[in-house]
Amino acid sequence: MKHFDKGHGVSAGSAAGIGLALGAAALGAYLAARQRPDEGGHGDDAPGRTARRNFGKYDVVGRTVTIAKPKAELFAFWRDFSNLPAVMENVEAIRPTGGGKGQAVWTIKAPGGRTVDIETEIVREIDNELIAWKSVEGSDIDTHGRVRFVDAPGDRGTRVTLVIAYDAPGGAVGKAIAKAFMREPETQARHDLKRFKMLMETGEIATSARRKNQVRSAKQENN
Amino acid sequence: MRALTFHGTKDVRVDTVDDPEIINPRDAIIKVTSTAICGSDLHLYDGVIPGLKHGDILGHEFMGEVVDTGSASTLKKGQRVVVPFTISCGGCFHCKVQQYSACENSNPAEKQDMSATLYGHPMAGLFGYSHMTGGYSGGQAEYVRVPFSDVGPIVVPDHMDDDKVLFLSDILPTGWMAAENADIQPDDTVAVWGCGPVGLFAIQSALVMGAAKVIAIDHYPHRLELARKLGAEVINFRETDVRDALMEMSGGIGVDAVIDAVGMESHGFAIDNVFDVVKQKVGIGADRASALKQAILSVRFGGKISIPGVYGGMTDKFPLGALMEKGIQLRSGQTHVQKYLEPLLALIENGTLDTTFLISHRLPLEDAAHGYKQFKEQQDSWTKVVLKPGMAA
Repeated sequence: MKHFDKGHGVSAGSAAGIGLALGAAALGAYLAARQRPDEGGHGDDAPGRTARRNFGKYDVVGRTVTIAKPKAELFAFWRDFSNLPAVMENVEAIRPTGGGKGQAVWTIKAPGGRTVDIETEIVREIDNELIAWKSVEGSDIDTHGRVRFVDAPGDRGTRVTLVIAYDAPGGAVGKAIAKAFMREPETQARHDLKRFKMLMETGEIATSARRKNQVRSAKQENN
Repeated sequence: MRALTFHGTKDVRVDTVDDPEIINPRDAIIKVTSTAICGSDLHLYDGVIPGLKHGDILGHEFMGEVVDTGSASTLKKGQRVVVPFTISCGGCFHCKVQQYSACENSNPAEKQDMSATLYGHPMAGLFGYSHMTGGYSGGQAEYVRVPFSDVGPIVVPDHMDDDKVLFLSDILPTGWMAAENADIQPDDTVAVWGCGPVGLFAIQSALVMGAAKVIAIDHYPHRLELARKLGAEVINFRETDVRDALMEMSGGIGVDAVIDAVGMESHGFAIDNVFDVVKQKVGIGADRASALKQAILSVRFGGKISIPGVYGGMTDKFPLGALMEKGIQLRSGQTHVQKYLEPLLALIENGTLDTTFLISHRLPLEDAAHGYKQFKEQQDSWTKVVLKPGMAA
């Protein structure tokens, strides 16, 4: 996938160090400061993540879908993180740990049947509009995520925008973990969001499998 | 169960495969009583549609009896249903505006990438077609798992035979929508390229919609004869200069509307078509579009073009200048089958539409591979093949 090929995601060295500092600032501005998903900031009105630039050490993926449901319903589903593994193919479980900041441990599938745990906390929340989270200090993977719910025109429901930024420490272990966390991150974010839409709009997740025991392999075949 | 499966270009076989089972709450399982081979199945057979895999079950025109239902299905065991070839959820934006074939939720998320790359947007799920459209097991089988069974299938009355209602699954609504997309006005002269099943139903639909004259174009005498019986005037393109003839037959104005019911494997002698054939054979993948090119040149200024014919990729030497300069409007798309089921069932029931005249062969499912071969090679006499899983082989 592009993001790993470009090499600015997990590479080490002094040049990357500078990029890291700049990148963290750019990402901070992007994830925290912008109040509206359609706000541009680089000369046009397009969402920031569509810019032809990178965010330093972070890879940023994002996607918007329109879901024909009211935003309160979608927000409520997402706010209960334990619901998310149903739509996120590579997330095995998300367990809230009961802290005051909405802390949760995400168990991510890794190659060879292993799993990796990441602890996150909620950094910003606006009722029925926005949930932002990040990995806690010292995590193996440095990740920020944000989902935003905005009314779509007329009776079209809600525009849901998911943005995920991630970085992993250098070295073989870090790379392996990063890969496990998000194999083809952009594709995966897109698939996950599509499954969320399916579940909300139809009450089920589409599969072309003929038998129950083929559902998972059918999904992973193309993931 | 037994099912017709794909094994490569011009290699389909009836194999024994796993029976389907209920997976999602809105599913139903249908025991197939009749299933047809479609012209677009021949595109799969010829290997010009990407995204097929070894062992895929083909077939998207089918009907049968409900034998099992999920907890959220509205069907009942024992009901006879015709199943649309388009799988539609009923709840997304496109389904809500009745653009069912653009359903956003029926193609599994992990199957959407190829068509999203090719077309800019992912396609909806279709039965028995490509993995671009979900890779759903098709209807040329004893049993089919039907997702969203509360939205798609239509229950048909017992007094109507399978042969009368089977084509509600695809080709009848496809022909009807083709005529609707041609925006036919009462005094219009309409030209239809291709007298295969979709073309024949488009001709019939155009006449029901009040076209003053329908001109059918093909080179198979038997198919032209079927078109003539429906009330069309006919042109054999092997014997007649089509553009010249259409100008004369429309009083020198040009035809008001044209329907391309041929699609990507068009025959023709034009030099660009020869190049297109070569490119398709060597896998560069250009669609042969000679019928469409001729249609664009034949339609009058301000005229209307409807394309029910299947295209999958790209074409070149396309007369874009004629399209623009003549102010032509063009409509196309996979059929929004669910939208047409009830009105068309009513038109069959009251005798306005004849749906059985084009069936040339009825075969047991076991003979399906033979049916494909003949339908491909004997296009004049094998106009439409219906497979009957219950028929003794």
